[in-house]
Amino acid sequence: MIRKFLFLLLLLVLETSVAAAQDAVTLTYLVDDTQNSQDTAQALADAYMAEHPNVTITIETRPGGTEGDNIVKTRLATGDMTDIFFYNSGSLLQALNPAQTLVDLSDQPFIENIVESFLPTVSQDGQIFGVPTGTAMGGGILYNRNIYEELGLSVPLTWAEFEANNAAILEAGIPPVLATFGDTWTSQLFVLADYYNVEQAVPGFADAYTANEAKYATTPAALAGFTYLQEGYEQGWWQPDYATTRFEQGLALLANGEVAHYPMLTFALSTIAANFPDQVNDIGFFAQPGTDAEANGATIWMPAATYIPQTTQGAKLEVALDFLGFIASVEGVDAITAAVAPNGPYLIVGSTLPDTVLPAVQDLAAYIDSGNSYPALEFLSPIKGPNLEQICVAVGTGQMSAEEAAASYDLDVERQAQQLGLPGWD
Amino acid sequence: MKSNSRPRTILRTYPYWFYLPAALVFGVFFVVPTMLAFYFSLTRWTLFDATFIGLDNYERFLNDPQLMAGLRNTFIYAVITSGLKVIISLPLAMLLTSSLRLKGLLRGIIFFPVLVSTVAVGITFASLMQPSVGLINTVLGALGLPRPDWLGNPGLALYSVALVDVWKGIGIATVIFIAGILSIPLDFFEAARLEGETWVKFRYVILPLARNATFTVILLSFIGGLRTFDLIWTMTRGGPGFASDVLTSVIYKQYQAGFYGLSVAGNVVLFILVTIIVYPLMRFFNRAELEL
Repeated sequence: MIRKFLFLLLLLVLETSVAAAQDAVTLTYLVDDTQNSQDTAQALADAYMAEHPNVTITIETRPGGTEGDNIVKTRLATGDMTDIFFYNSGSLLQALNPAQTLVDLSDQPFIENIVESFLPTVSQDGQIFGVPTGTAMGGGILYNRNIYEELGLSVPLTWAEFEANNAAILEAGIPPVLATFGDTWTSQLFVLADYYNVEQAVPGFADAYTANEAKYATTPAALAGFTYLQEGYEQGWWQPDYATTRFEQGLALLANGEVAHYPMLTFALSTIAANFPDQVNDIGFFAQPGTDAEANGATIWMPAATYIPQTTQGAKLEVALDFLGFIASVEGVDAITAAVAPNGPYLIVGSTLPDTVLPAVQDLAAYIDSGNSYPALEFLSPIKGPNLEQICVAVGTGQMSAEEAAASYDLDVERQAQQLGLPGWD
Repeated sequence: MKSNSRPRTILRTYPYWFYLPAALVFGVFFVVPTMLAFYFSLTRWTLFDATFIGLDNYERFLNDPQLMAGLRNTFIYAVITSGLKVIISLPLAMLLTSSLRLKGLLRGIIFFPVLVSTVAVGITFASLMQPSVGLINTVLGALGLPRPDWLGNPGLALYSVALVDVWKGIGIATVIFIAGILSIPLDFFEAARLEGETWVKFRYVILPLARNATFTVILLSFIGGLRTFDLIWTMTRGGPGFASDVLTSVIYKQYQAGFYGLSVAGNVVLFILVTIIVYPLMRFFNRAELEL
């Protein structure tokens, strides 16, 4: 009798697990519309679907920048989010109220595969919400090495050297710095990529800033980033039509050697690699120089992550968790590498970069390997003012001075901190 | 208004429950949300919970130089667009009510932009106005004229968008003027013809007797200008920097940033502003109408 019962039970268990395996599950994966993100997501989805024929993962795209932030926030708040989605780690994630909207992953076994330094950037209240999707990136200056060779320039270690290089490039009739204010988010790099230098000058700025004790307007090292934008406008560093040039148009100018420098994240490299495979090897990377040649180093951006909203439940949740486990595995990393040129190191334990990485990524890796790198402020503090991009454009187009901009950004930061309900800001 | 007695008699012809469906729709979709908006404008709202903070949002709104610049731009935009629409469409309407042979076709052509989606117009003009390869500057360059950066020059962007708004809105204004002119009894034109001059016809017949139409055009385009959004958003997104931000784009950006309370407060400011400006204007126009 008991044996018969056990047999039946076994049959039942087998039956359901087989049925579960064969039930077709469709997941929708929301990613931003940059080529890099789309290719990464597609590569992951394809590799996963090849192993799991019953799963279909469709990619849905959204705009980037504040417009994309808005879409993600609204869809989460209205319970209308896709089954899984790709979004920034760090301060932008904090603004999503992850503890109330996202599935906690801290008990999942695949968390062990993630490099530990990444976890704080996807955590809130001790819970973990995302797995790193793609590579870490450097923020600094992408430059055209051909122009540097022709003019006999060397990589600047201080801002003064950068200014001298720009003067020489300008004299040669080439616009020294690319500005793509048509995509406003690209305007922020002079400020954000300067964080390594801020940290060198004012160690612990991030904590003081989060605690409402340090301000951009009153911290000279932090103000510097805005000053650089003002200088760029006043010295005529930008190329013609800078106010309306878009990101991808700008990449073409850089790849073709029509501009010399582009303050940008290294993720732009994979777009250049896709659109200009012959020229991408002409592009190099150097850290945004500061005042001290001895303390030269790069600001690092953590990879964006993939998250599961709490509205994903049942079979979809199981598959979604399994897919996240795949993203956080060496197989997942290899699937990405096969499709997208890496822009920096992965944050998955045991993963390696291929020997053939792009020159600019080797430049970045040199900073990281020598210990001369530091995370960007948005990964050290939950606060990032949403108006920074617009303020930077205003400075870069000569409508606002650096001081006004810094004061204005401090106000923006205050608003964001209050909205997040952080202590010390009321 | 002296004709108050008539609506009252109409009111009495229907039992009150007759109004219930309309009142319900109006209440649920207009009154309740408006009241809620007033409440949420006094809170710091995350969509999950709202903390009451009194008038802080308003204080913030009125103290922020960028938001105030948005307010100023809104006025400039509304005045320019409504002014230009009157100035351009009145002569057009006169032309199109004359004995012109191609009248029908021309009326159609002038009305056509009204039918095109504003977003499509915005995107199209944004590329026409591209500074180095856009059609407008290519033509200007070929004619040896200066080639301004229509949307990239902070001092020019707002006006460029306003011009496109005028182009798009002129059809409606012209149609209203045509209706106004056609409703003038022919006797007046006869009398003007005896005086002999076109100027007389314009100054003493069309201008005063089509005054209703003028007021309607001014009022409609002014309100339209105050609450403009789609063109600004598709053409400049308020940029470069804050140069072409208007109230609505500022409100939308606050909303994008997740400052929901602040954004609702902006909407209340807009609501109050439109009321404060438009109500006296309407009173003035109505009185002027009665004097006629």
